[in-house]
Amino acid sequence: MEPLLRADQVVKRYAGHTALDHVSISVPEGKIFGLLGPNGAGKTTLIRILNQITGPDEGFVWFGDELLGQQHIGQIGYLPEERGLYRKMKAGEQALYLAMLKGIPKEEATRRLKLWFKRFDIESWWNKKAEELSKGMQQKLQFIITVVHQPRLLIFDEPFSGFDPINANLMKDEMLRLRNEGATIVLSTHNMNSVEELCDNIALINRSKKVLDGSVNQIRQQFSKKMFEVEVEGSFSVSDEVMAEMGFELIRKADLHNRLQLVFSVSSGAGTADVLHRLADQLPVLAFKEVLPSMEEIFIEAVNHHQPL
Amino acid sequence: MHWHMSKTGIIIRREYLTRVKKKSFFIMTIIGPLLMAALWIVPFFIATLTEKQRDIEIYDQSGVFRECFRTNGKFNYIFIEGSLDSLKRQFLRSGHYAMVYIPRTELSVPQSAYIYSSKQPGLNVKSEIRDLMKKEVEALKLIAKGIDPEVLEAIKTNINVGTIILDENGFEKKGSAEVTTALGLVAGIVIYFMLFMFGGQVMRSVIEEKTSRIVEVIVSSVKPVQLMLGKMIGVGLVGLTQFLLWVLLTFGLVTGFQLIYGHKLANGSASATQTIVQAPAQGAVPAMNGVANFGNDNQMLQILEDVRGIDFGTMLICFLLYFVGGYLLYASLFAAMGSAVENEQDSQQFILPVTLPLVIALFSVGYILNYPDGSLSVWLSMIPLTSPVVMMIRIAFGVHWTQVALSVVILYLSLALTTWLGARIYRTGILMYGKKVTWRELWKWLRYKS
Repeated sequence: MEPLLRADQVVKRYAGHTALDHVSISVPEGKIFGLLGPNGAGKTTLIRILNQITGPDEGFVWFGDELLGQQHIGQIGYLPEERGLYRKMKAGEQALYLAMLKGIPKEEATRRLKLWFKRFDIESWWNKKAEELSKGMQQKLQFIITVVHQPRLLIFDEPFSGFDPINANLMKDEMLRLRNEGATIVLSTHNMNSVEELCDNIALINRSKKVLDGSVNQIRQQFSKKMFEVEVEGSFSVSDEVMAEMGFELIRKADLHNRLQLVFSVSSGAGTADVLHRLADQLPVLAFKEVLPSMEEIFIEAVNHHQPL
Repeated sequence: MHWHMSKTGIIIRREYLTRVKKKSFFIMTIIGPLLMAALWIVPFFIATLTEKQRDIEIYDQSGVFRECFRTNGKFNYIFIEGSLDSLKRQFLRSGHYAMVYIPRTELSVPQSAYIYSSKQPGLNVKSEIRDLMKKEVEALKLIAKGIDPEVLEAIKTNINVGTIILDENGFEKKGSAEVTTALGLVAGIVIYFMLFMFGGQVMRSVIEEKTSRIVEVIVSSVKPVQLMLGKMIGVGLVGLTQFLLWVLLTFGLVTGFQLIYGHKLANGSASATQTIVQAPAQGAVPAMNGVANFGNDNQMLQILEDVRGIDFGTMLICFLLYFVGGYLLYASLFAAMGSAVENEQDSQQFILPVTLPLVIALFSVGYILNYPDGSLSVWLSMIPLTSPVVMMIRIAFGVHWTQVALSVVILYLSLALTTWLGARIYRTGILMYGKKVTWRELWKWLRYKS
């Protein structure tokens, strides 16, 4: 798939430190792209460059097959981590104002906003000042402001921080819906569960450098520890020795009434099919699967691995 | 056809509308002209007030002052005799305003008196009694020394110094230092307050956008410099709107007042005009004579006459030039300062150096009024941070147009520079959180690449 957004060897320096050191990412169109990394890694700097709030010192950013420029501003929607509203301004008025700043004519913006307010069931709040809205209402309003101009690219910086679970789920559903309708989404988050749920691809940034990128499935395969989970019939005991004879190292064992669940790792270079064969020869196998590492484990491992000594 | 507003235009529109729709704008718009009109109207009103005649009892035990207390429009003098105690009791029952007791003295002319009254008497009563007695005693002393009081009266002279401005073509225009002073002062102070008020509004608005974190959403749609300029222009237009409403409303109020109290003023101006018309026949310095003829009673009319001699058109144009220039200069600095801090308290360290010149200008007002062409006045009217206030005061006295032009050019070049510098600080500052910013830090921001 042709990438919608591509950062090429981007460098950003501030007095005394380098915030981004030759970082390249490629965001495929119509996918959700996770931008991961610990605090202070350079994510927000990269996001600000993608939003043209600041410019790179070196390198280029491409939007489609053009260099990213002012003409793309209307095609990008941005929900910053530090997000706010005009406290004294009415909800409808400020949504309209921000939509007009994205270049939508007033009448069209009003029409679309009315639809969104209806969709999120906050129609009656149009004329309320932002300071009168609950936190959840404000978050819905901020989400609407981000998407109302129907951008091709949506950039969410820590979108779930501060959201209650109900709103967080609503946002997740909306993001998936928008992606299914063709939007491309860049998602910066600490929440690794949401990465597994939502992201098609990720890039991991640590200490100003990109240390990992690719599709979520690929990466989990790549970080595979050759760990498997098997369920066997009956309640006879399987000792460490039995497992070791097959070349497996038992990690965990759980008794589930008439079944036994075993988690083990394979030290040799045996393939998955080979492992299953060996098991089936010895034990009455009911279920078998490879246990892939979670994104959280991968994140921690990748970050620690790149920590200087 | 659909008119497409530029992004800066959309920002200007919001900044303008949210402010003029506020109650505080409405209140300021009403209060300003009321104050200004009161400045003109109240003196007239007081002058036309006729006070009730007051009854004052005189118990002159010395018998010296009988002649000098003559009933007039303000006081009705009633002479009484008797014992002081019974007179006091009668006075309390009479409802008269005051009772004056002048005790007899054995050796010389009496020099003291006592005023009895049920409540503290007004200062005018005290000074009236004192002046009348003083005059009488002085006359008596003069007679004792063999000088005829009439001779003394004859040599008393009232000097009126009128100022006449000669222009290049030799035409004379009557000037008035008092009116010019007042006008210069009002123009200077109004511009001072407006620079602070609207410059401060820009700063507060920048801080509000930064602390509410809306700014990051906005700068993903527009360039920071567009947001900063849009805000400066929007707030400035609010200032201009307010000023023009003030001028219109003040004019309306004063005109309305003149219509209601027209007869009194009309009579006054008729006699004033007459005096001036007659003047040429009376002497070689016509305008001066015109002034001299007014005397003290007609001071109000004199001022009215002087006000008519002022070139309000020029004053207004200069005011607008200096307000716009001074405002943009200060607003760009205030915007930069606001972007560097996260609340108003923190902004003090930056505001002080920026506003110090403006405060110095205000403190120099006394000097400038006395020496409008003094070197300090000229310098302060050229330095862009002080020129809006100082030049407005000087203009009331008359300044050669080349000086005004030079000062305006310096002001506008400076504001271009401060806006450029301000924008560089602003675009970094608005996105910088949780950092105590120093002057050194600002200097660093100035040099960042865009």
